[in-house]
Amino acid sequence: MTDPSGGPVLEVSGLRKEFGELVAVDDVSFAVPAAGSIAIVGESGSGKTTIARMIVGLERPTRGTIAACGRDRSRPARSARDRRRRGSEVQIVFQDPYTSLDPRQSAEATIDEVLRLHHGWAPDRRRARVAELTELVGLDARQARALPRTLSGGQRQRVAIARALAAEPRVLILDESVAALDVSIQAQVLNLLADVRESTGVSYVLISHDLAVVRQLTQDVIVLHRGIVVERGSTSSVLDDPQHEYTKRLRASVPRPGWKPRRGALLGAGEGTT
Amino acid sequence: MSGLGQAPEAERAPATGLSPAAVGQTPQVAPLLEVDDLTVLLRVEGAERAVLKDVALAVRPGEAVGLVGESGSGKSMTARAIDRLLPRGAKISGQIKFDGVDVYQMAGADLRSFRNRVAMIFQDPRAHINPVRRIGDFMTEALRTNLKVPSAQAAARAVDMLGQVGIGEPERRMRQYPHELSGGMLQRVMIATALLTEPRLLLADEPTTALDVTTQAEVMAILDELRRDLGLAMIFITHDLELAAAICDRTVVMYAGQVVEVRESVLLHDDPLHPYTAALAAARPDIGRTATRLAAIPGRPVSAFEAPAGECAFAPRCPHAADICRAGPPDLAELDGGLSRCARAADLRGTLRGADHD
Repeated sequence: MTDPSGGPVLEVSGLRKEFGELVAVDDVSFAVPAAGSIAIVGESGSGKTTIARMIVGLERPTRGTIAACGRDRSRPARSARDRRRRGSEVQIVFQDPYTSLDPRQSAEATIDEVLRLHHGWAPDRRRARVAELTELVGLDARQARALPRTLSGGQRQRVAIARALAAEPRVLILDESVAALDVSIQAQVLNLLADVRESTGVSYVLISHDLAVVRQLTQDVIVLHRGIVVERGSTSSVLDDPQHEYTKRLRASVPRPGWKPRRGALLGAGEGTT
Repeated sequence: MSGLGQAPEAERAPATGLSPAAVGQTPQVAPLLEVDDLTVLLRVEGAERAVLKDVALAVRPGEAVGLVGESGSGKSMTARAIDRLLPRGAKISGQIKFDGVDVYQMAGADLRSFRNRVAMIFQDPRAHINPVRRIGDFMTEALRTNLKVPSAQAAARAVDMLGQVGIGEPERRMRQYPHELSGGMLQRVMIATALLTEPRLLLADEPTTALDVTTQAEVMAILDELRRDLGLAMIFITHDLELAAAICDRTVVMYAGQVVEVRESVLLHDDPLHPYTAALAAARPDIGRTATRLAAIPGRPVSAFEAPAGECAFAPRCPHAADICRAGPPDLAELDGGLSRCARAADLRGTLRGADHD
């Protein structure tokens, strides 16, 4: 599973996606090193989720390349084996833990299925790994056996993270994965993600509109506005000293102690009529 | 009273000298809204369970009060109880008074007038607007049917109000359908519509949560400005302490169906009175720095019926919990100009600080 070149585990270059007339993503490039983390920040319609969907193969790029562990993945997988290999390179955790789990499968069964498909291990070995993974994400034995409907949002998100990690991916895409969680639970999951990175060396691509979460979890950031990267750099420098007008406005819009909302001159930018 | 008539006054609050809701505010102004001992039971999984327990709060004319809490805290349920929008079969005890009149005793003309004087806006504007009716038709309905304002006059007022919430080409917007407007624009339409009947109290339930941050800042500014211009009182419901503090004079923090703290908003972040408020502020990541470890609160937020009986509802998650906290449920007591439902609140003064991670 090691990356032969020692280069980035994920490399996106000149990525473009058109939906009919609309250019959703335009010439986006970035790279993530092993155990690194990058945030893609932007608002509705910025193209950030489209990028995530292209990386995991749910959308096909109009132009540009995506490579994980040095292997191209910008064209659809040609075999089940190829698809599985891609799954062991990149996994995704979606925003809504209420719709991303099979309602008939317990956490244990969900994780076990991934272990069986990806690694083909014998039941004993799978059972041991299920126990490790559920413990890693902080689910107790009762929760691990429970169906999703009996779990809270935070617990479901832990199941989704454990399922993604079961494939032992090199890159984990977190598409607004903590956005729907209560503040006290969000902190638990953010701490968990930091622990997981430390113990597994997985890289993160965090898709988020929440700059405080971005600050907490990532080293680098790209700021996306209407499909175009308007600013990039280390997370601390971009957030402390934003250069682009849009990043400045985004930064100024975040509620914080002493913050007063103001009617801006740029009314309705970042949103449009549909 | 359809569906809500079941025992609104089953257990009336005894007339004590000082209502807890009145503490912590200027006493000479009579409150516009007064909620006392409000307890609400709902049928959950076949049994009747409490979702609100002894909620007390008051809002003066023109005052903005934040209502902050996590899932199950009862913040939305409180607003729904005030607006008589509780689900069918809900059992209510305690009292809600608007302008001195018991809201659950209102009927006929009084109730219609109450409906015009209390307006509500919700998190998801698309769920609260008829998708097949034009914006103008939706906006002017209350004026035309409840207040008998002639159509042309109602439309003129709607156009004017759309201008005030920062929507360009208001005449054209009036002819459009909801799907033709973005979420931020539709929420501004909802605010404009809510203000058309000249309400005195606005109940805003997470009105900006579904919006982008830059749009949120815009909508918050509009809400704040118009509210002040119109002398409108507001209850602003949110899970975000900072957002509430930005436009609210006082903030009420709820946990497990109860009010746990009432505090001037400017003091809430740096000088909270209740360990839960402090824990909530500390758990939130800081945009200005990366914490080695976030101060997560163990466990998960609970609703009133899940909270342990006979002790402080927050005790199982509280880093400051001691024997006294498990000995009995604490009362909401006055402290340093605010209110705190914490048996150790006085001991802990000065030690609770929201912003310390690490």
